[in-house]
Amino acid sequence: MSEPTAVPSAGPPDLPTAGPARTGGAGSTPTRLRGIPEAPAGGRRRRRPAGALLVGGAIVVAVVVIALVSFVWTPHDPGIVNAADRLQTSSWRYWLGTDRFGRDVVSLLMVGSRTTLLVGIVAVGVAMLVGVPLGILAAMVPRWWGELLMRGNDLLLAFPALLLAIMLTAVHGQGIVTAMIAIGIASIPSFARVVRSGALSVMKTEYVLAARAAGRRPVGIALRHVLPNVASLVIVQASVSFAIAVLAEAALSYLGLGAPPGTPSWGRMLQEGQELLFVAPRLEVFPGVCIALAVLGFNLLGDGLRDHFDPRLEDRR
Amino acid sequence: MSAREAARKAGGAAYQGDASMPPHVAEVRNLAVRVGGLDLLVDVDLTVRRGERVGLIGESGSGKSLTALSVMGLLGEGLEPSGQVTVTGQDGRVTEVVDPERGAAAEPVLARMRGRDVAMIFQEPMTALNPTMRVGEQVAEIMTIHRSLPGAGAGGFRATARARAVELLDKVGLPDPADAAQAYPHQLSGGQRQRVVVAMALANDPALLICDEPTTALDVTVQALVLDLIVRGVEARDAGMLFITHDLAVVASVCERVLVMYGGRVVEAGPVHEVFTRPRHRYTRGLIGASDLELTRADGRLYTIQGSVPGAGRFPAGCVFRNRCTHATTECEQLPPWEGPGPEQGFACWHPVVLRDEGGS
Repeated sequence: MSEPTAVPSAGPPDLPTAGPARTGGAGSTPTRLRGIPEAPAGGRRRRRPAGALLVGGAIVVAVVVIALVSFVWTPHDPGIVNAADRLQTSSWRYWLGTDRFGRDVVSLLMVGSRTTLLVGIVAVGVAMLVGVPLGILAAMVPRWWGELLMRGNDLLLAFPALLLAIMLTAVHGQGIVTAMIAIGIASIPSFARVVRSGALSVMKTEYVLAARAAGRRPVGIALRHVLPNVASLVIVQASVSFAIAVLAEAALSYLGLGAPPGTPSWGRMLQEGQELLFVAPRLEVFPGVCIALAVLGFNLLGDGLRDHFDPRLEDRR
Repeated sequence: MSAREAARKAGGAAYQGDASMPPHVAEVRNLAVRVGGLDLLVDVDLTVRRGERVGLIGESGSGKSLTALSVMGLLGEGLEPSGQVTVTGQDGRVTEVVDPERGAAAEPVLARMRGRDVAMIFQEPMTALNPTMRVGEQVAEIMTIHRSLPGAGAGGFRATARARAVELLDKVGLPDPADAAQAYPHQLSGGQRQRVVVAMALANDPALLICDEPTTALDVTVQALVLDLIVRGVEARDAGMLFITHDLAVVASVCERVLVMYGGRVVEAGPVHEVFTRPRHRYTRGLIGASDLELTRADGRLYTIQGSVPGAGRFPAGCVFRNRCTHATTECEQLPPWEGPGPEQGFACWHPVVLRDEGGS
């Protein structure tokens, strides 16, 4: 690395050409053929177990299962107000205690996970539905138009998501739908950007040239050739965006811009518990832990999927 | 430009198209391609007739691929063609890919022509197939693009295309074509992939097949098989072929006529036998000398052409080869005229190789 003129860059510029590698003997004598990129350690198979993928996947599956179970069974009815049992601590009857209305915290958390997932799914769906076509379009139109589209995209990216949500709430009123759409819109730019960069490299491949040489129209190329080849990027981005959406929903609900009163949501629980922070701190801790875990899960899943789809990144960490 | 123009006129009736000659499938007249202020191609003339196999040789960067892409109408953004390029399909459909007055044709017009009247085989079999699609589907897709299947009902169109794709894969010699159709590209070897690419190129029975170094990436034994496959496919369809390669041996075995390109110009053209045994242009002479492994210099080393191909637009004025030519004189600062009966045979050189056995062979 110290003699940049002698080492021709191999591969994409963001890949370390001579970083600390796991190949044996690199520590003592770093003699390596110049210009020849290192063979990926262990060939095609990755040596490192896909820990992130497994842990992330497990957390995500757990959240989904809990949300599904909450439709048919919860320990108590989360809607029932029971003044006699208010602010109970953990017990066999109430595993994580009750809130100040005597509602069972476990049941609330379980039902709250539905809101989390619903918001995530709809927000990511909105972002994907707009961002992916936008990214592909920006890669396929002449360069100048693509740049223009992406600068517009940057404008949206620069706009604070929370402010966007507050604006939308001011116009359309508070509600979970408003929150979902606001989060979705705020997630469009990252999709568009990721997809465009992927699509640009797909557009340079010989099979796209071959498809054009075979008379494929641009729409056909976009659907049959570009989209399937950027799908892995989209999946990874969806997972990461999902984590962001979960956090955003919690933040919005906490601010009273998301789930309306009566709709169980982890963010709302945080807000409702904050007055009793010193009396019953667990009312803050449990939803907080749930949010953190869910966000961690989706992020790990996203990282794991990225490593899985793109083995070139394996030496990065 | 005027030199070639004159030669074109001198070539006269024989050149304009004898009634006895097969019809043109591709006709390139005076083609130039510019980007910004740079000339990438200048005054390229090229014809391919029905059933004729024409080679296009030259070093990398001499404009071979660009000529091919111009015929396909696949020039990249910012590249402006001028001159005339006409493609005639199997059933006589004429497409003005580049019109002398209006320039390049509109994209939808070109898309109708591509893959149906002209097909193209690219160099890299590893990347010429979409990694996310089964190969059978990729072959079938070619046929569905142009709806070019005769006798297929509206409902069973896809099914017919699939069945025909398996048939085609069988014809290009893939073992177990039904299984191969279900395979993804990464499951096939390089040679097998190139066979799939050949099947795709021939799927619509094009009138012209353009091959851009189709066998360069393959090992020698597979190379011969794939070449044979391409030639037989083209012959069966009575199609024309434009074959781009570095490999002079391949041109000698596959083509009837050859054009030598250098610096974005055609510097020599003629029947393969003529050009290879009695090259006139100094560049052609150098190319042949460099490929002949039995011919060595006094010190035992192989002949080479000194220097390397300049970057696009950096070729000298006058004769484009003069800065690498051992015979260059001040005369070469002027553009050499085209000498020969027509654009299909001749050369452009001030100091051509003198034929010793004139009238001999």
